[in-house]
Amino acid sequence: MAGLTLDLIGMQLFAGVALGAVYVLLAIGLSLIFGMLTVVNFAHGAFYMLGAYVGLWLMAHGGNFWLCLVLVPLVVGGIGLAVERVLIRPLYGRGIDYPLLLTFGLSYIIVELVRITFGKAGFPFDTPEVLQGAVDIGVGYFPLYRLFVIGATAVILFGLWLFLERTSFGLIIRAGARDPLIVRVLGVNVSRVWLIVFGMGTAIAAFAGLLAAPLQGVIPEMGGTILAEAFVVTVVGGMGSLLGAVLAGILVGVVVSMTSLFAPEMAKVAIFALMALVLLIRPQGFFGRAGLMS
Amino acid sequence: MATDLAFEANRQPSPMLEWATRHRVALASLFLLVFPLVMPFKALAVMILIYGLYALGFNLLFGYLGLLSFGHSALFGAGAYLCGIAIVHFGWPWYLAIGLGLVAGMVVALVIGALAIRTRGIYFAMVTMALSQCVYYLFYQAVDLTGGENGLRGVNLKFVNIFGFQVDFLDPLSRYYIICSFVIAALWVLSRILASPFGAVIEAVRENEARARASGYDVMLVRLLTFVLSGAFCGLAGALLALHLSTVPIETMHYETSGLAVMMCLLGGMGTFFGPFIGAAVFLLLENLVSVWTSHWQLFVGLAFMVCVLFFPRGIWGTVMERMKA
Repeated sequence: MAGLTLDLIGMQLFAGVALGAVYVLLAIGLSLIFGMLTVVNFAHGAFYMLGAYVGLWLMAHGGNFWLCLVLVPLVVGGIGLAVERVLIRPLYGRGIDYPLLLTFGLSYIIVELVRITFGKAGFPFDTPEVLQGAVDIGVGYFPLYRLFVIGATAVILFGLWLFLERTSFGLIIRAGARDPLIVRVLGVNVSRVWLIVFGMGTAIAAFAGLLAAPLQGVIPEMGGTILAEAFVVTVVGGMGSLLGAVLAGILVGVVVSMTSLFAPEMAKVAIFALMALVLLIRPQGFFGRAGLMS
Repeated sequence: MATDLAFEANRQPSPMLEWATRHRVALASLFLLVFPLVMPFKALAVMILIYGLYALGFNLLFGYLGLLSFGHSALFGAGAYLCGIAIVHFGWPWYLAIGLGLVAGMVVALVIGALAIRTRGIYFAMVTMALSQCVYYLFYQAVDLTGGENGLRGVNLKFVNIFGFQVDFLDPLSRYYIICSFVIAALWVLSRILASPFGAVIEAVRENEARARASGYDVMLVRLLTFVLSGAFCGLAGALLALHLSTVPIETMHYETSGLAVMMCLLGGMGTFFGPFIGAAVFLLLENLVSVWTSHWQLFVGLAFMVCVLFFPRGIWGTVMERMKA
């Protein structure tokens, strides 16, 4: 293989981490929602797509990218709050499949509404001017925007970690993920915690969608494909584990970018092979607790 | 509540209902034989047969075993593609091609099932969906065999030779009856499976996994076997679809096709014998009606999903059966 240098591999590794950052954000939201509510959110991809479209709309109406980074999660997170309160809450205690089916139906509705509003064709999404260009990262010139994606993800992760580990509300969330019944007995309004966690998960998904928009453009179907990949990440990392989501997200990103370097036609299939391997060796994923799913 | 349950258990179902249940396949066959005569669109009637069979296979896993799979499009699609490939590229006779489709459904089910049943509960839906996407990409990329994005074209079948008789497959009514005979055979097999001791074990695993295990049943094996059986029904449905459409669109493999099976099953009533068929019929009829005045049919699919989940979890046939038993 001519031209295959260590530098190229290093570059591809970085590209993989940038791709993985988007997976991490999606998987963290999924994992957070599942860990608390035991709801598998099949509409997560739709919220991701919605994030990109709300960003597009804001940009077209005079907003700038930085404003979008703040407003998009707020808007979509707000929609997430309404969804939990109105649609998902009546289904608690009625079996684990029902919320899943509901969110699956919801994703159809969101995608179709976006198609009605914005049309079936996709849109390009301009990279903000400050973030265009490339910087030297030692092994070569790397697109600045991808570095920004990695940085923004790191900031979100750090903020989330602070929130979960250092605030009293975070303490309630962690306790609620272990044993919601006891937390309720202690006098905590668990329903409100679940509401907020669902809102947070969808807000992070929307943020991921906005970050991904300049990388790959915006189409109504963008959530569908990435949902399957986000599931792979959560399965590999272990459902309900945030650290697992981070490591598995980066790993999956790197695997995708490495296979597209060495065997491009296998890039799509590689991550599923990775998942199959993990399922054979360690069915609960890297950091999943055995028995959480029962 | 407890007394209510005891009361239910002591009640005998009406003799009429019991008779109908015993002869359910015969009754269904009778209905299916008359169905195209009252149905104005024969092609739609065939689609109802095929998707009914597909939902039936899905229902075996979801309704009777209690495992929610989002990967059934891979089984359905593999059946369709393999049947089509056998005819287009290798010139196999139609009955062998159908057999190959059925086996393909079982093989894909075996692979996906073997991986997916290692996980439990809610993981199952995610893993099956991810693996079916993997199968989708594999078929998408094997352009030489599958036609890739354009789908497999030219699965043409003009005549079928049945015991020396040339039957015109292009004639809608005879096509319906040929496909119908496969569906009736599948209904009969399913009915026998459910009535067998193995069928009782399937429901036992759904109702109480720990107790089934304690009674000495290999729960993993039951799950895998049921998945493979489900794959046989779905593969057969896929093969019939390939013959009916004379092409296999790549969308057959898409995970939205998996959602279709879930939808039909939920609409008709999961875990009931006729539910999937009724769900498929209502769904496809509605799709035909709604598509006339709006192109946003997906919106209605989503709404129907949510309404069913929130207000109507037993589905049409499930509600009817409940009324009849009461």
